[in-house]
Amino acid sequence: MRTENGALEGVENLKTVHRSVRRVDGLALACGTAQFTDDVDIRGLLTGKILWSPHAHARIKKIDVSEARKIPGVRAVLTHRDVPRVPRTTAGQGYPEPSPYDSVVLDDKVRFVGDRVAAVAADSPEIADKALAAIRVDYEILPAVFDPLEAMRKGAPVIHDQPDSKHIADAQKNIACKFDFEVKQGEWFSGADAIIDKTYKTQYAQHCALEPHVTITYLDGNDRLIIRTSTQVPFHCRRIVAQSLKIPIKRVRVIKPRIGGGFGAKQEIVLEDICSALTLATRRPVKIELTRKETFISTRTRHPSVIRLKTGVKKDGAITDALMEVVVNSGAYGTHALTVMMCAGSHTLPMYKIGNIRFDGRSVYTNLPIGGAYRGYGATQGFFAWESQMDLMAEAIGMDPVEFRRKSYIRAGETSPVFKAMGEGREGVPQTIVSSGLFEALDKALEAGGWAEKRRAYARQTGVLRRGIGLACLMQGSGIAEIDMGAATLKLNEDGSFNLLIGATDIGTGADTVLSQIAAEVLGVKETDIIVTASDTDVTPFDVGAYASSTTYISGHAVKKTAEKIREQILKVASGILDEKVEDLRLEGGMVAAKSGAACKLAEVANTSLYYRDQHQIIASASHFSHTSPPPFAAHVAEVEVDTETGQVTVLRYVAAVDCGTAINPALAEGQTEGAVLNGISFAMTEEMKFAPGGRTLNGTFRKYKLFNTLDTPPIVTILVPTYEPSGPFGAKSVAEISINGAQAAIANAICNAAGVRLYDPPFTPEKVLAALKKRS
Amino acid sequence: MKPSNKGRKSAVAAIKVQDGWMTVETTVNGARQSWKIRPDDFLLDALRREGFKGAKKGCETGDCGSCAVLLDGKAVASCLLLAAQSQDREITTIEGLGTPSEPHPLQEAFVDTGGIQCGFCIPGMILSAKALLDRTPSPTEAEIRRALDGVLCRCTGYVKQVQAVKLAAERKK
Repeated sequence: MRTENGALEGVENLKTVHRSVRRVDGLALACGTAQFTDDVDIRGLLTGKILWSPHAHARIKKIDVSEARKIPGVRAVLTHRDVPRVPRTTAGQGYPEPSPYDSVVLDDKVRFVGDRVAAVAADSPEIADKALAAIRVDYEILPAVFDPLEAMRKGAPVIHDQPDSKHIADAQKNIACKFDFEVKQGEWFSGADAIIDKTYKTQYAQHCALEPHVTITYLDGNDRLIIRTSTQVPFHCRRIVAQSLKIPIKRVRVIKPRIGGGFGAKQEIVLEDICSALTLATRRPVKIELTRKETFISTRTRHPSVIRLKTGVKKDGAITDALMEVVVNSGAYGTHALTVMMCAGSHTLPMYKIGNIRFDGRSVYTNLPIGGAYRGYGATQGFFAWESQMDLMAEAIGMDPVEFRRKSYIRAGETSPVFKAMGEGREGVPQTIVSSGLFEALDKALEAGGWAEKRRAYARQTGVLRRGIGLACLMQGSGIAEIDMGAATLKLNEDGSFNLLIGATDIGTGADTVLSQIAAEVLGVKETDIIVTASDTDVTPFDVGAYASSTTYISGHAVKKTAEKIREQILKVASGILDEKVEDLRLEGGMVAAKSGAACKLAEVANTSLYYRDQHQIIASASHFSHTSPPPFAAHVAEVEVDTETGQVTVLRYVAAVDCGTAINPALAEGQTEGAVLNGISFAMTEEMKFAPGGRTLNGTFRKYKLFNTLDTPPIVTILVPTYEPSGPFGAKSVAEISINGAQAAIANAICNAAGVRLYDPPFTPEKVLAALKKRS
Repeated sequence: MKPSNKGRKSAVAAIKVQDGWMTVETTVNGARQSWKIRPDDFLLDALRREGFKGAKKGCETGDCGSCAVLLDGKAVASCLLLAAQSQDREITTIEGLGTPSEPHPLQEAFVDTGGIQCGFCIPGMILSAKALLDRTPSPTEAEIRRALDGVLCRCTGYVKQVQAVKLAAERKK
């Protein structure tokens, strides 16, 4: 099945997998008929709104809602006195979550500008606004802290001083989480010919899914709570809402409609708990829909980081030592704080062959917006540091940066002690790299980027405009080993079509299509013969949800196992119909075909089993989890032009070569790559949340927080490098996150190549580039 | 994307107002509509309330383009227009182009190229492309990028969406 380099042989024999079939939901989305959370009309729907804290750090001394409650049309006003106080995390992670239990539905303390104070439900948005304005809050304003390094110092304001929180590493020092480890093979830095010690800083950024967070809740006839919501994690949502409101899980049903993008922001209970509380209080349907500004100020962000990287390198290119100190700013609450911080190391360090390794990680509370899951999940921050440092190390020993990288990267058959030392929030799982297209991806990206000739051509430039080319290589995981689990159910209908029920959560990635393709391949039908019902906690089996690049690899495997069980059942029935042995039968083109040439349609199999003989429903379920998380690999090449008079950097072209194993749907895998690349580029160039001295978000609109549009976007070249990962369905690994990790380093390296200045603090704005140019001259 | 009100004052002045409610006569996807609206209703809210859910609300400040519809053939941000400004005008929403059984060539092309991910921006994207192709049947890549520059997409790198518009233009020939 596999060639020497791991590429899949006989891919051409696959009928549905490894083909760029149309999205199964594509036409509905193109025609505007696909239903997103808010695309339903519900009679008697109330508008829910939240009162946000205007202060970065304050205690609510008194809150008077009597005037608000008197306003006609106001149906509920909730404060901390009206909801259960259950410390929990809003992070949608597997149970028990590795994030501290440091938040409650509504608290008597606020910890950032944009924290929840109260919530109202009213007959109209206008009345809800009036009610919010009528709530009188008497705050005791507390000193606030905005810098994570300051927050750890003695005497800094303690942000989480409440006694009932759980699992905070050191609340007195505002340390939400910490993780350290060391692998020592010799004396520190004794073998190094050169030592590079640099500090890299990444900025506050937001996901900016085009669909803002929105939740609709209502009670059904049996008084069960139905939550229709824009979520990546329906099953975690059900569990956390039940926990937060002290109601049984069996009373809660979460339905995920079409989702307008998530990128990690919706791997989080952002509105579901408070919207549910309003429905329980009013017994009415309630919708909370955030405005764009509310999304910016109150939801989740990419953890800003300060990463010190001290590395030793020998003249022959061996990396002798790496000390990685990571401080992430967790903002007001510690959602994903431990795991994002750890992934800055666990998703980067294993790619390099290193002698001594030490990782010191801290996630620190400040009075700024909350960090959370964001595509790349720490690896983005870590790779900016690492792949910048790789150029610096190569330069220090006078080695070509490509040659240096070839010597340093992990190869198939090799392992890293980091895999075992660092998992997600706990010890990891040892693993050996089985499939790797890293070096092939590197070759292809260099070739497509015109590396050799451009590197030469750009070596000696004069004049105002200077061009440069830069490189970064990357890895990620495919799901979380021994944590992530997905399950599927399939059943056969009379016409030979199938219902596929999956907990897996398509948030716009194309997962419904990819999973249909996997089922169709096993069952010998077209993907359009598979009807997908996904992510309804009453109807579909469990799945952890859409995160950690897990859906194709984990949920896809569950679908494959399920389809294989169904195939057995079909063949058994067909064996009776055709009077042939099961082992002589195969599924093909919607038929069961025998070696003898005899055949029957799947419809006949279905009708026989449902109506005629030994009547039963052909139906099966299967689950999958994995002992390994095989990394996808990628090589990115960025080409830039630097205006040395203005400091303006223009990205001219970007090449991304990706090894995602077998691409189940190459067009969708390319689309994931292109989208991740562009998000990475705009994160490197323009995106940064800015705050007033008191902690208020200054640029919470698309006018002031700049995403790249069609005119800003440079040509993006995507190259898929096929390998075969035996532990994945049809050889697949993940693709969703990896390509967001490259742009900051590739562009920083390209700017350095162009203009001879190195930047350590994205975004690479004209001011910063100009300042660096001035400092040099 | 900027709405134009040239020569429309008289039409708006003709709107009947009673007890704070206005009755607006407009045409959506070829069918005459009579809407009871509040004077401060935006076109996006009126459209969504009337069942045209394909127009999406992404920012309400005219910056993202998810709400784009065609007003007399021109792509506009419906979140910035007052509903009253649609008096006596022709609105095309995504529902007016085609259905999953009978899609418009642009809708088909966006699916064929893989230009759709979450799909939230796609109605605005396709309508902006339609406005372009209606006046420029064979656009250059630069013209396509300019026509789509008012619609933000966070899922894609715009690569396959630009390809989709090219493909639709080629197929029309």
